[in-house]
Amino acid sequence: MVTNGIAKTDSQSPLFEMRGICKRFGATIALKDVDFSLNRGEVHALVGENGAGKSTLMKILSGAYQADSGEMFLEGMPYKPNNPLEARLKGIGMIYQELSLAPHLTVEENISLGMEPTRWGFILKNRVRKFALNAISNFDHPEIKPDTPVRTLSISAQQLVEIGRSLASGCRVLVFDEPTSSLGQHDITRLFEIIKDLRAKGYSIVYISHFLEEVKKVADRITVLRDGAVVSTIQMRAASTEKIIRMMVGRKVKEMYPRSDRRAGEKIVEIKNLSGTSKVLSATLDLYRGQVVGIAGLVGSGRTELLRTIFGLDSVKQGRIKIGIYTGPASPVRRWMQGVGMLSENRKDEGLALNLSISDNVTLTMLKGFGPMGLILPRRRDDATQRWITELDIHCENPSQPVQYLSGGNQQKVALARLLQHDVDILLLDEPTKGIDVAAKAKIYQIIDSLTSSEKGGRLPKAVLMVSSYLPELIGMCDRIAVMYRGRLGPALPVDKIDQHTLMMYATARGEVI
Amino acid sequence: MKSNLFRARTDLLNKFGPLLALMLVYSFFAILNSKIITLTAVETIIQQSVIVGISAIGMTLVIILGGIDLSAGSIIAFSSVIVAFFMKSLGCDPILAALVGIAAGSMCGLFNGIIITRLKLVPFIVTLGSLLIVRGIAKGFAHSMPINVGQTWLSNLLAALPPDRRWQLIPPGAWLMIFLALLVAGMLKYTRIGLHIFAIGSNKLTARLCGVGVEKVTIVVYTLSAAFSGLAGLMLMSYQEQGDPTGAIGMELDVIAAVVIGGGSLSGGEGSVIGSLIGAVIMTIIRTGCQLNGWPAWVTQVVTGVVIITAVAVDRLRHRKVA
Repeated sequence: MVTNGIAKTDSQSPLFEMRGICKRFGATIALKDVDFSLNRGEVHALVGENGAGKSTLMKILSGAYQADSGEMFLEGMPYKPNNPLEARLKGIGMIYQELSLAPHLTVEENISLGMEPTRWGFILKNRVRKFALNAISNFDHPEIKPDTPVRTLSISAQQLVEIGRSLASGCRVLVFDEPTSSLGQHDITRLFEIIKDLRAKGYSIVYISHFLEEVKKVADRITVLRDGAVVSTIQMRAASTEKIIRMMVGRKVKEMYPRSDRRAGEKIVEIKNLSGTSKVLSATLDLYRGQVVGIAGLVGSGRTELLRTIFGLDSVKQGRIKIGIYTGPASPVRRWMQGVGMLSENRKDEGLALNLSISDNVTLTMLKGFGPMGLILPRRRDDATQRWITELDIHCENPSQPVQYLSGGNQQKVALARLLQHDVDILLLDEPTKGIDVAAKAKIYQIIDSLTSSEKGGRLPKAVLMVSSYLPELIGMCDRIAVMYRGRLGPALPVDKIDQHTLMMYATARGEVI
Repeated sequence: MKSNLFRARTDLLNKFGPLLALMLVYSFFAILNSKIITLTAVETIIQQSVIVGISAIGMTLVIILGGIDLSAGSIIAFSSVIVAFFMKSLGCDPILAALVGIAAGSMCGLFNGIIITRLKLVPFIVTLGSLLIVRGIAKGFAHSMPINVGQTWLSNLLAALPPDRRWQLIPPGAWLMIFLALLVAGMLKYTRIGLHIFAIGSNKLTARLCGVGVEKVTIVVYTLSAAFSGLAGLMLMSYQEQGDPTGAIGMELDVIAAVVIGGGSLSGGEGSVIGSLIGAVIMTIIRTGCQLNGWPAWVTQVVTGVVIITAVAVDRLRHRKVA
């Protein structure tokens, strides 16, 4: 079961190499011609904005996806895993963003899963214990005891168990996918020590992150991906943060983000000292018609939960939400009636009913006016939908095509079309351009801009509140930006007073900046 | 320290929750009618729990795995018919007939397991289909009529004990159920396959990633479950002295309820064989208790329903505390 350590004969050639990797999903090109190599005892960081292709690349490495073209070599031998198990047996372990442990099993059971020492089918508990203790001896964590059920552990402890499991199964290459996104400062420091320690022991590590400060602390080399292609691979010593950011952002910001004349109008949302039952500790924010307000911050800082609390999906603990003339918390049904619409970050599970048609999805919240006496005539719905298909340039066969057959970008346009069809005044957008291609992004920016524009004759401009992890997008689109940090929302500052770098500093500030 | 104490207490509650429920339900009926605390009443309760109980042992495995077996009731009827058919029409030795019956039941489970893993279909649908298929075959086999076998030594499996064997306390079939339950509980706790069943139910993707033979274990579990239902069918046959193709209709729901009352979670990863047996006994107590009080059958159904929902609600509450 356990693969042997990597032979030490040839220390010059890379331990692992990818050449010319290409991958596309439908019409979206996720990776084009990517080269990547990993040396023995090296921490190689992979950075890039969301959707740059980091995770796709690593899924190919770990066998979850297969490349359309390109080659991979492990110790000079061709390597082409068909599934994660095969990759693991060859010594490549993924530490996933969403941890993959069996929550009902104990620490030692998880670590030894699939390779339990047994005699006649009976588990040798003593050997399992030793095996697990050996694996977790790499790190010293008070919570981790062999017989604790994993679901009672904190996230950081679970992560260590997962690392322990990869080590125990003989992995020599470890891939960390955004390992710090849900960790506190203390746990991050500990994780970095462990990573350094593993490197010293000869393990090779791929470290995916978009927190550059962290990358600078742990990595030896850094590869920057942008829009599915490698921008450059450089030694960490030679890289300044500015240089890396420039490589990551690349494209000309101005052209991408339209900005017509916007004038802040009537105040239609007023949030005061809001705290929710999950993650949101305090938030104060005003929204005006004709303004796009952005919320920056790390994944897990409570941005999504803030939108959910405003929209009534999470409960309010304290504080005040005033929307138009309505005050107080309300259910999502009420919010729709009050003219608030929300675009979920989780398009597949929450945002859309994937097996229903485009029409169904677009008209789901507002079924009035499609026929006499409350009847819903499919023809009229399709007509209404067709208007958005044209206006938003949704690539599809017809309005009754199920949403699941559309590309991510077109799906997102459908989700947005629902808010437009409902004609809401306040749009809460959670990662509106997550995982979609550049053309679709540009279209969505254009829509957001035109909604808030004051140039539209007759119609009142809308108010947009938008959460995003992609800083250029926030700076390009928003009039004001606030940073969420560990459940607390900072003041919304005018966008000309801040730049990307400052935002990044705020969002990643692990101290008292906010 | 405090949290350790708390955890220890919830652990205790987790282990003895179903037992506590059993005592509650039992005392409730004991207060209403003292007839239920006689030795004979207890014996009857255990005897009446055997058929559901044995099937529940297998169902527990399926539910821990994160699956479900809706064909249990049909398999019980099917194997009871097979046993009766072999004894009556072919004149087989009861032992041989019994083994054939259990084997025939197991085959249904093998079928379920293979279809679920090979065609990658949801267990609910597959076993819903085999519920009908197996029931149909049983009826075809017996020409939709019960096959009477009369009294053989098999009848002693579940019959009330005669005075000279009072020392055995409960019928042999009940002892067999307890023995098998302990055996399977041990298997779950101490063997690799037991752990793998929990692992698959807890997180199938992880189990696969770690090299657990998910398909193999799934097939084994459905086969085992059907084997237990086959044995339950044998018990039914011995109790009624006939193989009835229309017997045990809807019994799979009793079996599932027993597992759920006993702490099984339909989302997988949790469940206990002993708990399931207790669940089966709780349901019999409700039935017996209602009968002793002369309550009509509809009351029994309502009470049973309430207990099932309460049990699961309490279970969820318990878990929220731990997390």
